[in-house]
Amino acid sequence: MDVGSSQGQLAAYMRDHQEKVVGRWSELVTAGIRGRSSPAELRRELDDIYSLMVRVLSDVDEHALGELRAALAELSRTRARNGFTPRETAIAVFSLKEAVYELVADVAELAPEYFAFSRLIDDLGLHTFETYAAARERIITDQATSMLELSTPVVRLWDGIIAVPLVGTLDSARTQLVMERLLETLVATGAEHAVLDITGVATVDTEVAQHLLKTVNAARLLGAECIVSGIRPQVAQTIVALGIEFGDIATKATLADALAHALKRSGLTVTKIGPA
Amino acid sequence: MERVPILKIGPTLFVSIQIDLQDESVVRLQEDLADELARTGAKGVIIDITAVEIVDSFIGRMLTMIGSISRLFDAETVLVGMRPAVAITLTELGLSLRGVRTALNAEKGLALLTGSS
Repeated sequence: MDVGSSQGQLAAYMRDHQEKVVGRWSELVTAGIRGRSSPAELRRELDDIYSLMVRVLSDVDEHALGELRAALAELSRTRARNGFTPRETAIAVFSLKEAVYELVADVAELAPEYFAFSRLIDDLGLHTFETYAAARERIITDQATSMLELSTPVVRLWDGIIAVPLVGTLDSARTQLVMERLLETLVATGAEHAVLDITGVATVDTEVAQHLLKTVNAARLLGAECIVSGIRPQVAQTIVALGIEFGDIATKATLADALAHALKRSGLTVTKIGPA
Repeated sequence: MERVPILKIGPTLFVSIQIDLQDESVVRLQEDLADELARTGAKGVIIDITAVEIVDSFIGRMLTMIGSISRLFDAETVLVGMRPAVAITLTELGLSLRGVRTALNAEKGLALLTGSS
């Protein structure tokens, strides 16, 4: 069997019926994605892909397959970013099979070519899915990085008093970053008191406590005192139950208490002037 | 071998380490400082490590020992100007330099000594 010419036959047939097949195809895709992209936009996307597909099948242009894969990769990346499910993304490719089958079902001599076409679609479907997964991975990595950057601000509470509000989980990578930022700020501002606020830390276990102690020790080596604040009742119970010793590190219930403590140690007092 | 100079300013000995610390120079510094403390009867020692970028466990331990030796002469040691990276290294090595006080810079270190005496 001459594959080249027989493929050409299907391609020619598909080219002649582009309007009808793409119409049916977009119907199928629209049903699958429940109207999440506009019909006109979808139609344009599918038209482009269909034309490329016909070029691939007609076997005249060796760059066509590369272009088709690139177009599908772009489609799945966009869908991944816009929050489409894997199913909604893959259906865009797979439903073409159904649309074309309806076209060639009663043309017996196209059956062998349809089989080859079907394998091509399967391959492209997998490609779409791989790209989709890679794009999602990428999004997750980016978000993790930006979360790491966002979640470690060092704020100045008073002259010589800085605070680090810790939010989320405190793992080794976070601790390292917090420690570096804190120490750099201590050196840059010449602050002598630092408040580590753990109100937003979900759980405190021995590892988290270890990380906190390390940070406090490093700050001490620079000549600054740390106060740990924001210890919630259940966290206090966990700390005692685990037998974690904070030693001579000052701990306070709230950030306000810690600030008052730091002000007192700096020899400052807050007084009320006149009636409120 | 390079030697670290020890300056006497009032009742305080001032040591500024401006070189890359070798083990020998630290041992030598320890000896020199003990001699100087005995000779002058100084009540405080300020060690400025602003220029020190690399420390190891040996140097960390020697700094603690310098603190202990000074204590025997009734002098207090203040380590000033430690870099963040050095502080992180010492913490990772598990050295918290017990017996040595620390301050952010020489001025604060001096205030710490005069305030406490």
